[in-house]
Amino acid sequence: MSGDVLAPAAPGPTGVPGEVEDVPRRLTSRHSLQDQVFIHGSRAIGYIVLVIISAIGIFLGLQAIPTLRHYGLSFFTEYRWLPSQDVIGIAAVFTGTIQVAVIAMLLAVPLALLSALFISEWAPPWLRPSLIRITDLMAAVPGIVFGLWVLLFIQPHATHVTHWLSKTFGWIPFFHVRTDVDYPIWSQAPGYPAYAGSAAIASIAVAMMIFPMATSVMREVLSEAPLGEKEAALALGATRWAMVRTVVIPFGKSGIIGGSMLALGRALGETISVVLVISEAFEIKPYVLESGASTISALIASKYKEATPSQLSALLAAGFLLFCMTLVVNTVAAVIVSRSRSGSVTEL
Amino acid sequence: MTATLPPPTELRPVAVPRTTTEEVRRPSHRTPEDRIVLVAALAGSVATTWLLYFQILPYSSKLGFVLVWYAVFALFYGGLTKMSQPWTVVTDRLVTTLVIAAPTVVGLALLSTVVMITLKGLPVLLHWNFFTEDMAGVRADDPFTKGGIAHAIVGTLIQVIIAVVLAMPFGVATAVYMSEVGGRGARLVRTFVEAMTALPSIVAGLFIYTVFLVYLGMPSSGFAAALALSVMAMPIMARASYVVLGVVPGGLREASYALGAGKWQTVWRVVLPTARPGLATALILGVARVVGETSPLLLVSGASTYFNTDPFNNPMNSLPLYVYTAVSSGNPTFEERGYAAATVLLAVVLGLFVLTRFVAKEKKSR
Repeated sequence: MSGDVLAPAAPGPTGVPGEVEDVPRRLTSRHSLQDQVFIHGSRAIGYIVLVIISAIGIFLGLQAIPTLRHYGLSFFTEYRWLPSQDVIGIAAVFTGTIQVAVIAMLLAVPLALLSALFISEWAPPWLRPSLIRITDLMAAVPGIVFGLWVLLFIQPHATHVTHWLSKTFGWIPFFHVRTDVDYPIWSQAPGYPAYAGSAAIASIAVAMMIFPMATSVMREVLSEAPLGEKEAALALGATRWAMVRTVVIPFGKSGIIGGSMLALGRALGETISVVLVISEAFEIKPYVLESGASTISALIASKYKEATPSQLSALLAAGFLLFCMTLVVNTVAAVIVSRSRSGSVTEL
Repeated sequence: MTATLPPPTELRPVAVPRTTTEEVRRPSHRTPEDRIVLVAALAGSVATTWLLYFQILPYSSKLGFVLVWYAVFALFYGGLTKMSQPWTVVTDRLVTTLVIAAPTVVGLALLSTVVMITLKGLPVLLHWNFFTEDMAGVRADDPFTKGGIAHAIVGTLIQVIIAVVLAMPFGVATAVYMSEVGGRGARLVRTFVEAMTALPSIVAGLFIYTVFLVYLGMPSSGFAAALALSVMAMPIMARASYVVLGVVPGGLREASYALGAGKWQTVWRVVLPTARPGLATALILGVARVVGETSPLLLVSGASTYFNTDPFNNPMNSLPLYVYTAVSSGNPTFEERGYAAATVLLAVVLGLFVLTRFVAKEKKSR
């Protein structure tokens, strides 16, 4: 092809192998005009993307400053959200975000790990591709659909279970619900209003959102477990679980942790399914089974409309906090996952 | 080698390293006794749980029944196995039940999602006007023979197309930069792009809302929605394309360089054509993610009730937003329309997936 000037390669003197140790020649090449345009052009686009991306972070960070100046440190310690009285704080939504994300993790991560193990170790080979496709498909199901599903189908059943949990284990603060749990079941209002719309039930929808991502990351790492060692374990008489426990899981440990953290990053920012399910309440409480909670993203979605400029700035500050949280979690997760797979990047 | 071997053309070189695609032999072998134990544990646990749960104890929740049944089943299965097998086998079997139960539970949940939403929306979907009319002048509790979601479908289509047109070139170009040009800058960009794939969609929406709607004074419009979607989709597409480009064998690039081709020629003539099916799949999956995104639209696009094909003026509705407004309206009839629209949304996502299947098939035939 014309126009491409590679440095003329002198014919290598190493005709006889093993005589002199081969040292790679250092190739110097001058890029043609076409290539220079391409390299600089693509670099420019890369930097534009970088600028756009960092602009979002910087913009949110700058917007947070007036809020902090106006409300001071109480912005982080105040739990109420009363714009009419100029009392605004994100303590409640912050704890709510953590609660919803953690419960969603507790639900999704064991399921994801078991499913990933099933796909990579237990499932017959003909079933595997379809299982992987279904996981991918599930990742694309809109959050609002899972929100509707929880609202319509899961909540009526789940409130029974949470009612039973609070009745039996109410002495543990997490399972306590501030209502009369012994109130006869037939005179409870339909759907147990004291239990509906709790952080725990909202996190079921979030768990459905993060499950596919956690599963696919874990499955990818687990399926790279060395075949020889797996067969060696089986040859030594290990049962399949013993083989998985001694070979596959130690090999994929960082992938499991990284996958869970990627899922956590997604769980922190999940909005619409939480907005649909949760009954909004601004309160710091450990009672996750009790109706009423809120998250940062739900707060933004519900309050942006009637926000005055200063409140909008407060919402932006809350958004900035959420942004930082997901950024940190996701970066750490990406590092862990990529370390487990020697440089290859993570699949979404 | 002896003469019993196949002709030399089929001989594989001995030095070829074993590929990892080789399968582990499946050591599972069930004796009749194992089967009897399994069936007995299943039958016994169902019977016991039914007796306990519905007849003796005052519970009636179906979900609770399943949970209790599983615990009882594990107990029975473990106990029966222990009668003839060592503990290692008992643990293995119990873990196997767990490992099979987990994907089953999730699969049932997914299935019930699709079935419940579709069943709930079916009465509306059976009216053809649901796909051809908009909601202008339709009251919330009007019968299903009036009004539809044509405006939302068109809105989603316009917004997603604009978002993809904005995000895709940037995404692919960035991926090409990260994977083909390389260098320190590329690593920096990659770190940022990877981090930004976790950008919460509501934050992307809030960013566009504040910059374009509040500061620049743009009206709520389809274009603002498309901008928010593209901000969200760009890192996702960049990373997915980067993964696809990384799979292109290095040998192809080297062959191209060895023939004297430059960087640009190699990328344009060799790398991108090779990666085309993968890139198409990445694009479609990105679209599938973007189509259902609700929260940024909630902030920036405004929910119109009328037909609007102009993305720059006037609010423009979209499918996810329509679902949200309908479901949070509190009106049972309108809610049902929301479920129907959610079914359409699900069908769109499913359709996109079938599309990736065809794209992948094209790759195989080449």
